[in-house]
Amino acid sequence: MTAGGAPVVETRGLEVRLNGRRVLWDIDLSIPAGCFVGIIGPNGAGKTTLLRVLLGLVPATAGEVRVFGLAPVEARKRGWRIGYVPQRPVFDPYFPVCVWDVVMMGRTPQIGWLRWPGKHDRERVAQAIELVGMKNRQGRRLAELSGGEQQRVFLARALASEAKLLLLDEATTGLDLPAQHELYALLQKLRQELALTVIAVSHDLLELAAHAEELVCINGTTHIHGNPQVVLHSHELREAYRCEFDFLYADRAALDTAPGGD
Amino acid sequence: MAEWLFFGFLQRALAAGILAACLCGVLGFFVVLRRLAFIGVGISHAALGGVALGVLLGVEPLAAAAAFAAFAAWSIGRIGRIGRLHEDTAIGVVFSAAMALGVLLLSVSLEFQSDLLSYLFGNILAVTQTDLWLLGAMGLLVLVAVALLFKELLFVAFDEEVAEASGLPVRLLHHFLLTALALTVVVAMRVIGLILVEALLVIPAAAAFQLARRYPAMLVLSVVLAIVGTVGGLVGSYQWNVPAGASIVLVLAALFALALVAGRLRTQLGRIDASPLPPAN
Repeated sequence: MTAGGAPVVETRGLEVRLNGRRVLWDIDLSIPAGCFVGIIGPNGAGKTTLLRVLLGLVPATAGEVRVFGLAPVEARKRGWRIGYVPQRPVFDPYFPVCVWDVVMMGRTPQIGWLRWPGKHDRERVAQAIELVGMKNRQGRRLAELSGGEQQRVFLARALASEAKLLLLDEATTGLDLPAQHELYALLQKLRQELALTVIAVSHDLLELAAHAEELVCINGTTHIHGNPQVVLHSHELREAYRCEFDFLYADRAALDTAPGGD
Repeated sequence: MAEWLFFGFLQRALAAGILAACLCGVLGFFVVLRRLAFIGVGISHAALGGVALGVLLGVEPLAAAAAFAAFAAWSIGRIGRIGRLHEDTAIGVVFSAAMALGVLLLSVSLEFQSDLLSYLFGNILAVTQTDLWLLGAMGLLVLVAVALLFKELLFVAFDEEVAEASGLPVRLLHHFLLTALALTVVVAMRVIGLILVEALLVIPAAAAFQLARRYPAMLVLSVVLAIVGTVGGLVGSYQWNVPAGASIVLVLAALFALALVAGRLRTQLGRIDASPLPPAN
């Protein structure tokens, strides 16, 4: 646990260059433990890059990044697990694995090199599968599941590593509206039960606005960071997307009353 | 005496064949799941360049072939990145060059020309006791290493992105797999030759993929089918006096056809309780 409510993720003046091109700059974030933060922004805004920085896969060229108070790579080495649910579909549904096998893969770092899964690992996997409600389908192959169920399996894989921070990259892409709502509702439930911090990236403002406690809008740099209502109505958001959003407000009102939103 | 010799070379041929089949069955599992089939072709062609270099430099040709093939496989990724090329293009460039080098160098060393055919098409009946020890040692090394890294290799094969995000050294694991593949190709080269080695790498695993639901079954089936194909092919080759390599490949192909039909049948039957698979047409 992070002591005294220290932020789980903190960046100050973060800058990232990829192949000499400046992708992110002046990113200032402070995400407290247990928070559900949505990161929004247009295509090419650097949202995925930001997640990759937090995962320790892309180094910061300037500024500071702290995850659990440590540099991302250091945090991972110290056993702070960051669960990652990537954009679908990046997998082969006919790969010869069942739900159980996929979730067990999430424990690979805990099991360690040159070792096989033990009793504790199997318990954790069973628990993660139970948490996402896939227990009666744990022997199924991915090709035999719906898109929403597949995403729940990947969520379970992230949970199996005993992650305290979940990063989701466009996790609802390709899901229909009910499946999207279901996934977000599940995330809310898990966040409360497991005291998770959740950071979800999406280009779908409204969906995220309906579920996240805080929204961060980025387009290269942080444009605005605050509660969804404020962010959605801000001129900074329109600046980041470089277009007007008047048509959104009516939808927003509708979403507020839709089931699954809170 | 003649009887005993006859028995000895046949025994060695069988041992070498089963060894190569085990290795190819295991590595083929990853070749099919990681889509490395074209790299497999490339590595086997590059091995010829290695053989030629080994002959010219006075190094054991098998060891030289393994080292050179592995080096060529590693350079693929780098060349692709430098030239901003897709991997398949880089493979096409590197491996045709490596094979051409092999042909050129072998044509210079005159006494070796007769052996060229045996490397290309294999000469399992000429496997010596020394060969067998060398192949056995290389095979054991590869199998133990793959077994130790199996869960990491499987994770990377399934989802490279998340495997990397979990802290696995994906590039290192990929290079390990390429190296294991190079060693496997060299072992199998003695048995069915460079031209047909791809068959032993791809066909048993592809057939197993049709039949197995989960990876443990696919792995076991892949090895079993490779052994059945190799032994069956050797028997056929002896029986009808046809080239062993071609005979093995044809038996494997027949097994694949059977597996394909069986797999489709099972899918059709399975559709009653779970119908997630797309329609046949």
